[in-house]
Amino acid sequence: MLASPLLFTKGEIKVSVLTFAMWLTDMAPDWMQNLPEWLQRLCFQFFQVFVYENRWKFFTDGLVTTFVVTIGALILGVIIGMIVAILRSAHDSSRKKPNIILRILNSICKIYVTVLRGTPLMVQLLIMGFVIMVPKSTFDTNLCAIITLGINSGAYVAEIARSGLMSIPAGQTEAGRSLGLSYAQTMFYIIVPQAFKNILPALGNELIALLKETSLVTVIALQDVTKAAQVIVSKTYTATIPYISLALIYLVLVVILTKLLGILERRLRESDKR
Amino acid sequence: MINVKGLKKSFGNHEVLCGIDEHIKKGEKVVIIGASGSGKSTFLRCLNLLEQPTDGQIFFEGTDITDPKNDINKLRRKMGMVFQQFNLFPHMKVKENIKLAPVKLKLMTEEEAEKKALDLLARVGLPEKAEAYPGQLSGGQQQRIAIARALAMNPDVMLFDEPTSALDPEMVGEVLEIMKELAAEGMTMVVVTHEMGFAREVADRVLFMDEGVIMESGTPKEIFENPQNERTKSFLSKVL
Repeated sequence: MLASPLLFTKGEIKVSVLTFAMWLTDMAPDWMQNLPEWLQRLCFQFFQVFVYENRWKFFTDGLVTTFVVTIGALILGVIIGMIVAILRSAHDSSRKKPNIILRILNSICKIYVTVLRGTPLMVQLLIMGFVIMVPKSTFDTNLCAIITLGINSGAYVAEIARSGLMSIPAGQTEAGRSLGLSYAQTMFYIIVPQAFKNILPALGNELIALLKETSLVTVIALQDVTKAAQVIVSKTYTATIPYISLALIYLVLVVILTKLLGILERRLRESDKR
Repeated sequence: MINVKGLKKSFGNHEVLCGIDEHIKKGEKVVIIGASGSGKSTFLRCLNLLEQPTDGQIFFEGTDITDPKNDINKLRRKMGMVFQQFNLFPHMKVKENIKLAPVKLKLMTEEEAEKKALDLLARVGLPEKAEAYPGQLSGGQQQRIAIARALAMNPDVMLFDEPTSALDPEMVGEVLEIMKELAAEGMTMVVVTHEMGFAREVADRVLFMDEGVIMESGTPKEIFENPQNERTKSFLSKVL
């Protein structure tokens, strides 16, 4: 007969704990019975963390959330960053005194970058999650995380993109304009593609940082992969396997991302061949 | 064709152009010479408003280009410009460099621009480089492509800003050759250069600039063989 896990009440909540002895007698396959005890305990921990009650689903569900938040924040961050960078460099590179609208926009952009880079992301999440947006549903929480991380990332992307735009010689703009292209067309077809290639390594860095920073969204109770590990820890009273696994998951993601960025970079460098 | 009236340009407190009046007629080849810092490049760059004049007017085909009401982007389509540093777009193939402006400004279809690009490449003697990237070409080849790119817009006037100054000496000839052919076809040209041989051979008129004004203007024969101004004499004695 299969022993049911020990049930006990902790305040209001019913907690089920699977003990090592129960696992070994009832659930472990026969070949494990002869293993040394430390190995049996390790196997037990893996079982407890991933297999028992289909707990691996916490990790896969969490990963989906992590991906959604990272990609959403990335897109938002790049859009905001590009707009801020173009406004800032348009302001800085104009030879005449820039018009009043551009000066106001430039000031807003400067304040934005200062505030967002000047306060911790954790604090920004707390303010967005508990003061400004106060999400009610999971969807809202996801959105809140994407917006906060996107706005935060945008400030960094803006500075990266600005350095890229400024790295393109003025002659490129002049050549574009002398052909009759407008400022916007010159930016879009000539300057931005070249700048993008130059900033790709720095942008990749930012993307990797963003992926890892999504782990902070647990403070607004979002069920990302870090939260998944925390839930497992609270269910199993064991921290080693969940947290080491969590670290490995992030590491593998970052390594894959680095490889993808490398491929993209090589492809964009095609025009550099001699 | 180009009529310049009282053109002035200052950078901060430094006055680079101190009042220039000049008329460039259709089909005329004007070569501007002078020492570095004399304002000749600035003058040329004012003609298509890459530099915003501080004062004065510039009329191109009857339109005042310094008037903000006139669309400078439209006017620039008819003024080709060739730069000292070539300024080809390094992320595009040679062919795409030439096609970009005509296609994006919807002056030609993709096919028309393609044909035009290949014709122009043949004309500058580089038909085999259509699929190359600018970084794979020599300076002389890049400058010939830059000329082709400017010609793709069917300009009424070509402005050359020291087109051979950044080239290795052995490549100067090939670029000047293209420019001479262009001149022979009747293109209106304004050329800032240090190539006195080119000025002598091609120019209808030579302008000698110094300290932001046109000191002396005349046929190559007048300027090179019988300069009137002391400064012109002293400049020519150094460069010839």
